[in-house]
Amino acid sequence: MKTGGFKEIFITSLIKVCGYSAIIFVGMIFIFLIKEGSPALVRVSLENFLQIRWYPIEDRFGILPLIGGSLIVTAGAAIFSVPLGLASAVYIAEVTPRWAREILKPLVEILGGLPSVMLGFIGILVIIPALREALNLPTGLTAFAGSLILGGMAIPTIVSVAEDALDAVPKTYREAALAMGATRWQTIWRVTLPAAKSGVLTAVMLGVGRAIGETMTVMMVTGNAAVFPTGLGALFKPVRTMTATIAAEMGEVASGSTHYHVLFFIGIVLFLISLTVNLIAASVVFRQRKRAERILS
Amino acid sequence: MWRRTTVWFLLLTITFLSPACGATTSQESLSSVPRTIENKGSDTIVNLALAWAEAYQEIRPEVRLSVTGGGSGTGIAALINGTVDIANASRRIKSEEQTEAEANGVTPTEFIIARDAIAIIVNPENPVDNLTLELISDIYSGKINNWSEVGGEDRPIVRLSRETNSGTHVYFLENVIRLGDAQSETLFSVDTLLLPSSEGITAEIRQNPNAIGYDGLGYVTAETKVVAVGTSLEGPFIYPSPETVNSNLYPIARDLYMYTAGQPSGEIKEYLEWILSPQAQEIVNKLGFVPISP
Repeated sequence: MKTGGFKEIFITSLIKVCGYSAIIFVGMIFIFLIKEGSPALVRVSLENFLQIRWYPIEDRFGILPLIGGSLIVTAGAAIFSVPLGLASAVYIAEVTPRWAREILKPLVEILGGLPSVMLGFIGILVIIPALREALNLPTGLTAFAGSLILGGMAIPTIVSVAEDALDAVPKTYREAALAMGATRWQTIWRVTLPAAKSGVLTAVMLGVGRAIGETMTVMMVTGNAAVFPTGLGALFKPVRTMTATIAAEMGEVASGSTHYHVLFFIGIVLFLISLTVNLIAASVVFRQRKRAERILS
Repeated sequence: MWRRTTVWFLLLTITFLSPACGATTSQESLSSVPRTIENKGSDTIVNLALAWAEAYQEIRPEVRLSVTGGGSGTGIAALINGTVDIANASRRIKSEEQTEAEANGVTPTEFIIARDAIAIIVNPENPVDNLTLELISDIYSGKINNWSEVGGEDRPIVRLSRETNSGTHVYFLENVIRLGDAQSETLFSVDTLLLPSSEGITAEIRQNPNAIGYDGLGYVTAETKVVAVGTSLEGPFIYPSPETVNSNLYPIARDLYMYTAGQPSGEIKEYLEWILSPQAQEIVNKLGFVPISP
């Protein structure tokens, strides 16, 4: 086979560079984070980091309330968005007729394109007062408000990706199940969903990933009080997330100060948390594939 | 904060670039090189400084002014490093900064250019009209948690504050919560909500009868209720206004400053003299700050 010579080599290497650049960028970002964040470990004592008070202008750098705040808002968003998102995906992929799917899916995707600042404003003007009155809370600016809006933002992502995964399950699977006398529900629950499991899991991960990294909305609606969350009641109290802290404080912090390095350190923690979520999900998907292969062989 | 800064930056660019461009084309024959006065510092003052710069542009189109925010500390640091002509500050220069400046061969000269009062605001439905400084301190430090303890209804108190990077936050901590005691280590109660903007505070207070907040007098809107503040329970309780601030009756007020490197001369001197004139002080009034009495 004759190769295209110079042109061929050029194009191949160009594609190669593009492929590697993603890895290089992630690596460079991580190195930058480490470089700017690690001095915090030297300058701030461990007790200081592990206290439960975050008040940087008096050199109190307790990051536990911030980590707790991010986790509780994200968990709330996941509890709310995963069942709803998966149910809508199943409905769109399995239940509605084809023409309805062509309308519903683009609509859901448009919902995913709403700018987060706008959702934050809707939150402040509508959801916050309504929550306070409906649940008789001292203030509506709570973790729960953040969870509701973030969950709403995660749903379009979950629906869109999960629906694609369900749609990719071969038609023969469903036909076989139905031919064996399974009801429609049994087919969906026992056959289609398990067959699309890895795609569905990716959908959940992307949705949750969007929730944990979201900044603007949580800064506007969660109240930003760095209270360490204890128990379920904390969902109905104000919290301060890691992302909101970085966004609110990075703008005015003196470059090179302890506070500056601590904010980058929080960035590292955030990076590690989402990396862990990704690794866990990847290992689950991987294990599943192996099991499926065993069954097939 | 980000958004506001961006908007101002855009406005600034539009306001100052367009006449400047016009000037270079129409007045090319002018031999004198137009000089730019760099003005940087406190975010509290940035709106005021910008309004002054715009007005001054109409009187003296040949003088160019560049105004940026960034915080009082940033402005003073820039003055020490010699990158700006005038630093804006919502607090007095610190002794460390003074020492640093002198080590760098700069003697900062202070000008009080306006005054600012911090208003305590609550929901209009809240029956509480008067608070003493001590009660406000106890509310914000977490000692008082129910409105009934200060003569209001039986409701929990929701404390609102600006973010820690705001000069107003630091002023409030030092002069209200700590009552001016430099040794005090009292902090904001942990559950104080830190909101990123004045608008966030107003929006919450407008609809929540449990909330209390504070903000510069210039940012107070008619939808919230201003509380009269006194120094003792017997009164008198004073509402913030230009009169009460200038007669030193209202207790939560501060001076706003501009600093120059050494005694100002030439165009910088003229600009500062104009700022202290009644015409420029009228603009102070319009923006909700308190003009200095002549």
